[in-house]
Amino acid sequence: MQEENNKILDELTQGEYKYGFYTDIEMDTAPKGLNEDIIHFISQKKKEPQFILDFRLKAYRHWLKMKEPRWGHLHYPKINFQDIIYYAAPKKKPKLKSLDEVDPELLETFNKLGISLEEQKKLSGVAVDAVMDSVSVKTTFSETLKKHGIIFSSFSEAVQNHPELIEQYLGTIVPYTDNFFAALNSAVFTDGSFCYIPKGVRCPVELSTYFRINAANTGQFERTLIVAEEDSYVSYMEGCTAPQRPETQLHAAIVEIMAKDNAEVKYSTVQNWYPGNKEGKGGIYNFVTKRGMCKGKNAKISWTQVETGSSITWKYPSCILLGDNSVGEFYSVAVTNNHQQADTGSKMTHIGKNTKSTIISKGISAGQSNNSYRGLVKITQKAEKARNFSQCDSLLLGDRCGAHTFPYIETRNKSSIVEHEATTSKISEDQMFYCNQRGIETEKAIGLIVNGYAKEVLNKLPMEFAVEAQKLLSISLEGSVG
Amino acid sequence: MPNTYTSLKNKLINAFERHKGQIMQNDPEALKDMRSEAMEVFHKQGFPDTQLEDWKNTDISAALSRDYAFLFETEPEKMNLDKIFKCKIQDLNTDQITLLNGWYIEDQKLKETDDGMIMGSLAAAMDKYPGLVASYFGKYADPQKNGLQALNTAFAQDGFFIYVPDNVTLDIPVQMVSIINWNKDLLVQTRNLVIMGKNSKLTLVHCDDSTNQQAIFKNSINEIHLGENATLDHYKLQNLNNQSSLINSSYFYQESNSKLSTNAITLNGGLIRNHTHVTLDGENAGADIYGAYLMDQKQHVDNQVFVDHARPNCYSNELFKGIMDEEASAVFNGHILVRQDAQKTNAYQNNHNILMTDTARANAKPFLEIYADDVKCSHGATIGQLDPEAIFYLRSRGICEANARLLMLYAFAAEVIRKVKIEPLRERVDEMIRQRLKGELHICETCALHCDGPGKEIIFEIDMDKV
Repeated sequence: MQEENNKILDELTQGEYKYGFYTDIEMDTAPKGLNEDIIHFISQKKKEPQFILDFRLKAYRHWLKMKEPRWGHLHYPKINFQDIIYYAAPKKKPKLKSLDEVDPELLETFNKLGISLEEQKKLSGVAVDAVMDSVSVKTTFSETLKKHGIIFSSFSEAVQNHPELIEQYLGTIVPYTDNFFAALNSAVFTDGSFCYIPKGVRCPVELSTYFRINAANTGQFERTLIVAEEDSYVSYMEGCTAPQRPETQLHAAIVEIMAKDNAEVKYSTVQNWYPGNKEGKGGIYNFVTKRGMCKGKNAKISWTQVETGSSITWKYPSCILLGDNSVGEFYSVAVTNNHQQADTGSKMTHIGKNTKSTIISKGISAGQSNNSYRGLVKITQKAEKARNFSQCDSLLLGDRCGAHTFPYIETRNKSSIVEHEATTSKISEDQMFYCNQRGIETEKAIGLIVNGYAKEVLNKLPMEFAVEAQKLLSISLEGSVG
Repeated sequence: MPNTYTSLKNKLINAFERHKGQIMQNDPEALKDMRSEAMEVFHKQGFPDTQLEDWKNTDISAALSRDYAFLFETEPEKMNLDKIFKCKIQDLNTDQITLLNGWYIEDQKLKETDDGMIMGSLAAAMDKYPGLVASYFGKYADPQKNGLQALNTAFAQDGFFIYVPDNVTLDIPVQMVSIINWNKDLLVQTRNLVIMGKNSKLTLVHCDDSTNQQAIFKNSINEIHLGENATLDHYKLQNLNNQSSLINSSYFYQESNSKLSTNAITLNGGLIRNHTHVTLDGENAGADIYGAYLMDQKQHVDNQVFVDHARPNCYSNELFKGIMDEEASAVFNGHILVRQDAQKTNAYQNNHNILMTDTARANAKPFLEIYADDVKCSHGATIGQLDPEAIFYLRSRGICEANARLLMLYAFAAEVIRKVKIEPLRERVDEMIRQRLKGELHICETCALHCDGPGKEIIFEIDMDKV
């Protein structure tokens, strides 16, 4: 434990973004810009069935009619959608049989990220799907999963191997008409993960996907689809990093989760895209649509997220609680430093009877950043005895940052109870004095207090992630205290 | 988005062209330009619709589709006010000033006292004190904000004007009564201006009433300036008929050490929107903003509260409570802005709603926007129903369920009512709330305050011996 602590402290003093390296791998890219030809190109490259191409084209034509949303508490220059490369893939041999065949450069990349595919496979029993730029590189543990009938593969493979499942669920939870970035993603998505848990199966390992943007001027548009059949359970983790570049890059992803009767899906994210430099140059625009549908009775979907990266974050993981007694949860820690901006929160739509939702959001802002919580709790007329509790706290470190809360509460029946609380404060002088007096330096004391503040959420993360998240928190805030 | 109620918009634009001279006859020079500019804004923006974030949950399109009349001068025939309106609150001595259909109707247009206080008609004040009016008119209520505000700036001819000079304390509350009595659907745009000097003290009771069942659309703006160390106690009582729409925007501007307490009590009204905008622009200023609303049928109430903490060491405290029955709906949008150097700010925001039926609706959006770190800000919002355990407790002590509910609802609302500092008024409001909860308070034939109505004493049917 002591060793672990020392390690964290070492990390703390190093600071900076440590995933900012770039891997020189031969890439296969599409020309810049977006038009129907590019969509045909992507679809051809991926040898997709007709229904996917039709879906893409419908989405693209709809996207053309849409306007970029500007309601977020965010300031950024207009994005030129014609200046983005919509397809970039590491050139690789057609089919890989084992890890040995994976490009050693690639393996090195993932090793640097601390995701040794090989090691993970052996030690932690976590099945990993690694997505570099737009293409899934390697999925481990597929064989073990196969025994239980679990499908866990890259999205493209799933399109080839299980087109009937993809056709059944694609776009049912986040339709392409949902919003501007969802439409864009639906038109140009390149890969992602697909996960199917059959009836009555409790997934024996944690499933994990690592996303990495590597090539320059590319956008990453991945799509994750998780289907949990009746009485099943799965815990799914997602991590993201990108190289340091002076220009901004767009990441517009979609995550769809379907939970049927008594199914439970736990979705954890540690988002650490490159946040831009100290002057706010570069970084990833992280515009993501995540939505889960508790379709069956007693279904449960739980979102846990630690957001430390991205120059701009715009995402609202949400739950549609359709089945009676279904449960939605959202736990979030969002840290912004320097010039980062985050507008994030959750949406809970209660439709079924006795549905419950919990929102715990902890925002930490430092430097000149702006951190906003934006959430919606909607109780429809039929959602008898629905219950929601929301708590959003903001911690301000420094007097040039901003913390904002925009909760929307809409209730349409008399038997439901909705509660919302929020506080905004800074680390009090008393707390600081107490730590100092016991010989803990200010910088370390802040790390300690921030970790304590975020504990409620970090506790919800799977073990593998919790350690990483804790380190990330410290690194993100490094240098923020004068 | 182009809005659908263009006929009223065009009618207003034409009316402005035709009556421009009449509207501007008393205006100081600066104001004339302001009106023309405001009209341009209205031309461009039109009426606010639900596409606008601020108006998302309040749809005024139905109210705007009526064929309203406008009045550009007071009707020559002088009404006998005593016949249609009487207001007496026992033991409450007030200085009453009255607007009828948006026009000041007291004989003496401006009352002036020895210590320099001026009270009366805004139109008269524009004529007599153009400099004073011009330096505050339109200073806080930006016509650019929305079409309705622009429209009021362009059209408003009359309203209340109160000027309290430095170091003057008014012992008697001023009661501003605004009555609408007209035999056709009427659009009224009033403008009230209150200027308080340094160290002054004032209590204002602002009543909005309607006397018959004609539809009214009232678009009113209040601009209130609190000088250094000034203290204002402000009460709004709203009891209008179900055909009426009231859009009421109040702008409070506070200098250092000034204290504001404002309390909006809404008992009836078809569609009511209270926009309260408080700017704390001096150190140690403070504002208490309270509201209670009891709505039923298809009534709609919308409270928009914006508090701008522009200076350090200020506090603001918001408490809004509402009970919605039948198909009523309520909106609460609170927005606290703490600017970058407004350190040591304390800001609290609370909104609690009780829904009595499955068809009632409540929307709350308590919003904090904070750019300073040494602050204490919190907000809480709840939407729920009466605690069944508390009801059980009362019932186990021999109180029937209906009474237990009444008692609980009354206690719920009482938290806001208790903040009323004028005792006779508090008792009066208390009683109105009780009547309202029992469904016995309607729009009285003669007066909103129901004073001369059937004087039935309302008491809870609780046998105290059993408690």
